[in-house]
Amino acid sequence: IIPRGTWRHKKTQVKSRRGLRVRFPQKCDPRLTDEHSVCKTKENKTRTVHANILYDNAKGEENPNRHYANNKIKTTKYTLLSFLPKNLFEQFHRFANVYFVFIALLNFVPVVNAFQPELALAPVVFILSVTAIKDLWEDYRRHRSDKEINHMDCLVYSRVERRYVEKYWKEVRVGDFIRLRCNEILPADVLLLTSSDPDRLCHIETATLDGETNLKQRQVVRSFFDLDCDFDPTKYNSIIECEKPNNDLNRFRGYIIHRSGRRDALYKENLLLRGCTIRNTEEAVGIVIYAGHETKAMLNNNGPRYKRSKLERQMNVDVFWCVIILLVMCLFAAVGHGLWMFQYGDKRPVFDVLSPEGTDLSPIMSAIYLFLTMIIVFQVLIPISLFVSIEIVKICQVFFIHQDMDLYDEETDSHLQCRALNITEDLGQMQYIFSDKTGTLTENKMVFRRCTVAGVEYSHDPHGQWTSLSCHTRSPRSSRYLLLTDKPSSVLQEKDITPDPQLLDKVNECSSQMDFMRFHSQPMSQLPSDLSDIIDFFIALTICNTVVVSSPNQPRQKVKLSEGYAPPALSSSLITNRSSNRGCSSILSSPSAESTLTKLDEEKPPNLEHTFSPVPPCYSEKAWAVAEGELRYEAESPDEAALVYAARAYKCSLVGRLPDQVTVELPHLGKLSFELLHTLGFDSTRKRMSVVVRHPLTDQITVYTKGADSVIMDLIKPPNTGENSHSIVYRTQNYLNLYAADGLRTLCIAKKVLTKEEYACWLQRHLEAETAIQGREELLFESALRLETNLHLLGATGIEDRLQDGVPETIASLRKAGLQIWVLTGDKQETAVNIAYACKLLEPEEEILTLNADSQEACALLLEESLHYIQAKFLCSSADHAAKAFTANFAPFEIYPSSSPSSSSVPFMVHRLGLVIDGRTLAYALDKSLEDKFLAVARSCRSVLCCRSTPLQKSMVVKLVRNKLKVMTLAIGDGANDVSMIQVADVGVGISGQEGMQAVMASDFALPRFRYLQKLLLVHGHWCYSRLANMILYFFYKNAMFVALIFWYQFYCGFSGSAMIDQWYLIFFNLMFSAFPQLITGTLDKDVSAETLQQLPQLYISGQNSEEYKPYMFWMNMIDAFYQSLVCFFIPYFAYADSDVDLFTWGTPITTLALFTILLHLGIETKTWTWMNWLSISFSIALFFTVALCYNASCPTCYSPSNPYWTMQRLLQDPLFYFLCVITPVTALLPRYFYRACQGTLFPSPVQVGRQLDKLPAETRRNILSLSRVKVGSPLSTKPPFLSLAKPLPKGSNKTEKGSFPSPKASQGSILQTHDTRKCHKRSQSEPLGPKHSEKSLSDLYTLMSTEGDTLPYTKDSQCLDKTLDVSVSSWITSTPQTDSVELPPDRGSSQCVRYTRNSEEGLGSEPSVHQPGRRTEQRPEPASLTTS
Amino acid sequence: MMASTYNAKDEDGHITVAGPGGGTLRSRKPENTAFKQQRLPAWQPILTAGTVLPAFFVIGLIFIPIGIGLYVTSNNIKEFEIDYTGVDMSSPCFNCSQNFSWNSTRPCTCSIPFYLDQPYESNVFMYYGLSNFYQNHRRYVKSRDDSQLNGDSEALTKPSKECEPYAFHDNKPIAPCGAIANSMFNDSLELFYNDPNGTKVQIHLMKTGIAWWTDKHVKFRNPGGNNPNLTVAFQGTTKPVNWRKPVYELDSDQENDGFINEDFIVWMRTAALPTFRKLYRIIQKKKDMVLTLPRGNYTLEVVYNYPVRSFEGRKRMILSTISWMGGKNPFLGIAYITVGSVCFFLGVVLLIIHHKYGNRNNSADISN
Repeated sequence: IIPRGTWRHKKTQVKSRRGLRVRFPQKCDPRLTDEHSVCKTKENKTRTVHANILYDNAKGEENPNRHYANNKIKTTKYTLLSFLPKNLFEQFHRFANVYFVFIALLNFVPVVNAFQPELALAPVVFILSVTAIKDLWEDYRRHRSDKEINHMDCLVYSRVERRYVEKYWKEVRVGDFIRLRCNEILPADVLLLTSSDPDRLCHIETATLDGETNLKQRQVVRSFFDLDCDFDPTKYNSIIECEKPNNDLNRFRGYIIHRSGRRDALYKENLLLRGCTIRNTEEAVGIVIYAGHETKAMLNNNGPRYKRSKLERQMNVDVFWCVIILLVMCLFAAVGHGLWMFQYGDKRPVFDVLSPEGTDLSPIMSAIYLFLTMIIVFQVLIPISLFVSIEIVKICQVFFIHQDMDLYDEETDSHLQCRALNITEDLGQMQYIFSDKTGTLTENKMVFRRCTVAGVEYSHDPHGQWTSLSCHTRSPRSSRYLLLTDKPSSVLQEKDITPDPQLLDKVNECSSQMDFMRFHSQPMSQLPSDLSDIIDFFIALTICNTVVVSSPNQPRQKVKLSEGYAPPALSSSLITNRSSNRGCSSILSSPSAESTLTKLDEEKPPNLEHTFSPVPPCYSEKAWAVAEGELRYEAESPDEAALVYAARAYKCSLVGRLPDQVTVELPHLGKLSFELLHTLGFDSTRKRMSVVVRHPLTDQITVYTKGADSVIMDLIKPPNTGENSHSIVYRTQNYLNLYAADGLRTLCIAKKVLTKEEYACWLQRHLEAETAIQGREELLFESALRLETNLHLLGATGIEDRLQDGVPETIASLRKAGLQIWVLTGDKQETAVNIAYACKLLEPEEEILTLNADSQEACALLLEESLHYIQAKFLCSSADHAAKAFTANFAPFEIYPSSSPSSSSVPFMVHRLGLVIDGRTLAYALDKSLEDKFLAVARSCRSVLCCRSTPLQKSMVVKLVRNKLKVMTLAIGDGANDVSMIQVADVGVGISGQEGMQAVMASDFALPRFRYLQKLLLVHGHWCYSRLANMILYFFYKNAMFVALIFWYQFYCGFSGSAMIDQWYLIFFNLMFSAFPQLITGTLDKDVSAETLQQLPQLYISGQNSEEYKPYMFWMNMIDAFYQSLVCFFIPYFAYADSDVDLFTWGTPITTLALFTILLHLGIETKTWTWMNWLSISFSIALFFTVALCYNASCPTCYSPSNPYWTMQRLLQDPLFYFLCVITPVTALLPRYFYRACQGTLFPSPVQVGRQLDKLPAETRRNILSLSRVKVGSPLSTKPPFLSLAKPLPKGSNKTEKGSFPSPKASQGSILQTHDTRKCHKRSQSEPLGPKHSEKSLSDLYTLMSTEGDTLPYTKDSQCLDKTLDVSVSSWITSTPQTDSVELPPDRGSSQCVRYTRNSEEGLGSEPSVHQPGRRTEQRPEPASLTTS
Repeated sequence: MMASTYNAKDEDGHITVAGPGGGTLRSRKPENTAFKQQRLPAWQPILTAGTVLPAFFVIGLIFIPIGIGLYVTSNNIKEFEIDYTGVDMSSPCFNCSQNFSWNSTRPCTCSIPFYLDQPYESNVFMYYGLSNFYQNHRRYVKSRDDSQLNGDSEALTKPSKECEPYAFHDNKPIAPCGAIANSMFNDSLELFYNDPNGTKVQIHLMKTGIAWWTDKHVKFRNPGGNNPNLTVAFQGTTKPVNWRKPVYELDSDQENDGFINEDFIVWMRTAALPTFRKLYRIIQKKKDMVLTLPRGNYTLEVVYNYPVRSFEGRKRMILSTISWMGGKNPFLGIAYITVGSVCFFLGVVLLIIHHKYGNRNNSADISN
């Protein structure tokens, strides 16, 4: 229900669960293709819509529209009547519920019943009703918002009153005429029949549907186009035939049949979709085609996603084990009972009561009945409340994630959205991240940087500053700058373009020449080709797009050319506003010289113009001023806007766009209107778009094409005209490579002039394609291919896409967290590689394997070679590792361990290698035969970069990694092309950025910025995971412990299924007495503070390896549970042995003890004690005693069989009870407590160390963490030098001496120590805290380090570097003691192993590739066009 | 709406948020509260050898004295136990024990002499103990009707179906119904002191005060309100099958007859474990005498009715004094001492660990 969602923005964001999921057009949708191929009868496939007013009199029966859904929407699931049955039915889909109901019903069978049947129903009923109430409430909210929407007003034409009358939305029916006014929301899918706009356009905003915020134009149906007078509904008598309702937002096909029999095709451009908002249009009238639930918006509303998390899967396995334990226990009891019966033989003892009928049961029959009874008694072992508790805890977790201030983006006023509520803990277990580049790592705010026209480069930087900044030096700079200003995006915009003076001159010259020629009626073809190329280049930039021009006025008014210019007052105020903005931003940007310069430059152009250009016509000057202040371009992609703004900087500005006409303002020439014949839109297969226009000056039919250089270059007309054009292409390609090397996005601009005949020929077939109902897309595609050939290259552009804030830092820390980051991008290889360097995905000292192959075989060979190379290179790292890797590589099918690989045990090493692969090679590599090899190569590389990949390939890569490596994958992206990848990954994250909401709609989590991923994963993911894991384990423990008490008792009651615990306690123990503390702990417990988690990303590894919840932990917990229950059972047993205690007076203390033990157990496992923890535990205990006392005083004759009247009261007077309450929990928890203490000292997990770090005073912690950052940042050694800091620190007074004057043991040690001691003294002086703290924390760090070494196998490589270590390290220490800006010494250690060439030195313009075996790689058939230079 | 061309947040932002749906522009910035930002002040204990050390020692230091105290208290309790099942041929009750039937008409008596080697000073509690008697069997425990026992007249004539198959006999409702009542212990025990001068003095055994006060006065009630004539009140009912006398003839004392008979009440409180004892009588300390039971020879006279041989049961008579912590049971004292010692020991272990390994990483560092 789209409209509802986004009208009230705040709500949508929060209850994102109900948000809309847009289905994107999928060519291969089997359903659709089926529809195409199997030609059914026409009636089944189309809908016929007549106007309702024709049938007003004929009541309902004859109205042909009566079968169509009306506009009343009902998204509620239930009605008052159907709620109970329907809700129950739904709840019973959950297996656990069925199980519990089954058990409750079993109680009604007298032979086997264990509890009072009514009582046994209580927990199930409780659980079911909690869920039902939740559902009911949700449904009620849906009902309320439905009602609100249904009662919105709109104008519907009434035949009786002969005018438009206000009606509720729900009264709108298919076939009604609706009048829409500006800023109204469309109540239904409406076919646009007329518009007040003189161009018969209607602008709509589709943000609520697809999140795209730019305006879209919709056209009046062609046959109503020429209507001069107002549209009169009474005269309408056409019939519309169109598709059945479907959920494809981008498709609408049909035709309208007029009385005359004329047919006109209908396109999606004619359809206004429900939920969109009318903008810029005074009034429009349309006929309702689809209403209510049949609208495309409603059909797209697919409810929330349901995913099952890894933890839950693991938990289900253990639930299954619980079932087995349960059955074994029941079986044991049943056999025991049979034997017990058997031993008495015929002498039936007096306490073995006969069945109610007085018949004697055989031992075997008793055993069978008993088995069922035991299942009832032990049912608690399958934790009934676990599922509910997990849901509650997850909701709380989602709430806290939502509330996190750090995940809130001030700039866009948006915060993180959790769209999938049940996979929060998966965030803590990610192993692979697949990221999109554009818009995800980068801002997706495009800035026009450079262009080349006709083979001449215009660098757009008069001061040469830009060119001097190579990629590597620039990236740290820019990132630091980002940190300083914090709002870099406000500094640089698409609009801020400094025109290159040279080019500007040429443009001026050219246009004045053209003006001259026009004046003298000379044919334009006489213009020198380079000048005409320039003007064509800018014309192409201006018109070859779908940019809409609008003014920034508050009521969004399209600039109407016919009405002249906007009132001067308004425009001037806007201009001042702008300039004040500018002043503000320049203050902001003061640290950056670069951007201030840009600002200054921007001021120049008008002056330049005045000095250089001949006196321009007066109107042009004025128009320019107005346009400057007022025109705004709204583009579907930021690239386009950037190009249009760039062209405007060269005075070639787009001033108006109509469906059939584009108006361009050129210097000297004034406004030129290009007749827009066709627009062949951009698609990801063609990777280009074209417009066909009639040039107003030459009257030629010209095709302007803009697209990816790889495709355009192939379409360039073969150079038959001469050497010149060839060299232009060659030079342009050269510049393109340079642009790409600088990390710019490149586009090629080309044109083609068609002769009339050619055009007519093409047009005919194109029209055929357009009018086809079936396979229209394919036909149009082919038609476009026919047109876009033999192009004439005009030039190329380079657009900068700035990195988002904090991306390099985020990537670095995610990588430290053991995450493998793969970047999958559609960009070209060079651009991608450079961005990868800029965001520290690739390190300069890292070696890069580049895979470019143009055939399957080549790809296979390349992969094979890479494998060999990796083996050879890293053979020396360590014998056994290499051996493992070796075998692994030769047996590609064995490299995937059957279980999910935990990095601690997996032999697979991640080397310091980067892999770059392009789309074509990727296609080969993803082939079934090669995918294993590809994976073997890719997984041994530290970073993988897939360029030029299609959306499908992206999802295939994710799928491959996910399925083959059995790892947890996260895909993050922002655009529609990432949707498939996001859906395939275990966790999909959408960036709610510039490219619409499609990715967000498909995602599980939506972030405003990439850098928030760090906190989301490292902190919230870690917390959610560890909380839930601990809670689940605790649940299993708790139930097992409690049930085992009864099990032990069976040995003393003849396995009769008797329970000493009162059935009330037994049933409500889980539900009430012990429920709250674990929920509080499961929601609030923090094992390590957020700061430490972020500063020590290594802690994340515990989640990846599932260290909080390993399979053996379940069994350890079970064993502990059994031990504890033994203690809790046998201490009271012996304490009351051979006494006159009765059954329930004995059972009540046991219950109490069990409660204490269970709560204290939770206490041991709780890491942070807030007041809520204390409160919940005291509440639980108080609740138990209150309930017990009330219950035991309430009724002397009820609650058979226990009838516990006054039991608790008596117990409280019994000192023995208190003595039991003290000793039993202590004894029961002794082993666990002792184990935890030993573990904390002897082999603390990294997480525990992190916790110890938390305890330190803030300053010490900061010091240590800053050190650790250096340490982790340097992958040189497993034993970073600062560790020896610990030694000289005085531990106690006796050790000081020994510490500060260390006996030099090894040469290495001594060097380090001297440095360190010095440093340390400084440090200890500056530290106000006691030495003990720092000493301890440093020791902790050591542990951390060593674990890191274990888990990140690639650091093991450094084992062979030991000898060189001292040199590099000492130099490093002396150079800079502080943090990140440290320039790492050259990795000279590695030269010991294998000759190790550093790519950074080779320059980036050249092809980075593997060197030694890579030489052979290069001899391979050259990959198309990429490896030149 | 052109976030891509314009920097968001200026006038554009307005339209998005304040669409026709209404709503004012209010920042969605989360509140900066300790709770919402998960920064509640918290105590963060870290379990290491160093931090838990004191706990172990403290537990050890507290538990051991408590244990000693409990042990001493328990040891001060005097207890005497005699098995009168009569399994052995030599046992005086051997003959009686051969009788497996519940309803033998001929009462069998036997007397067992025993010697108390220490005098009992305070009140002495006399128990009967049964072994291997599963009073906690699930169906057995259920087999009673609390309403009937509470004097409910309706339940008296229509016992609950829980009592089945001991609810009706000869189409008459059984009072008290159910298997528990049916299997009531019906041996009678008498104690005689053999004076050194040869006379046999019967020791006065208190019949009352052996049941819980609440049981006697709240849970159990005779039917018919305050009608003193129990025979009338129980009219129309029949005695349990195994009983010899109807319920209203359990005692001559009006206050101890019918359902409120304390022997009956005690029996109805089903034992937790198959070996149990139930309070039978109390030997009260007489005011004038120093000793309740002086050292010497005694005889236990048993009217042997209750068959236990069929299920390998044992019957015992126990004489015991009690302390503030109940009967004689050294277990808890021993348990406290043991756990205390273990804690102390573990504390020492942790101390060693702490000293040796608490700084292990540093030393490891140095050696490297």
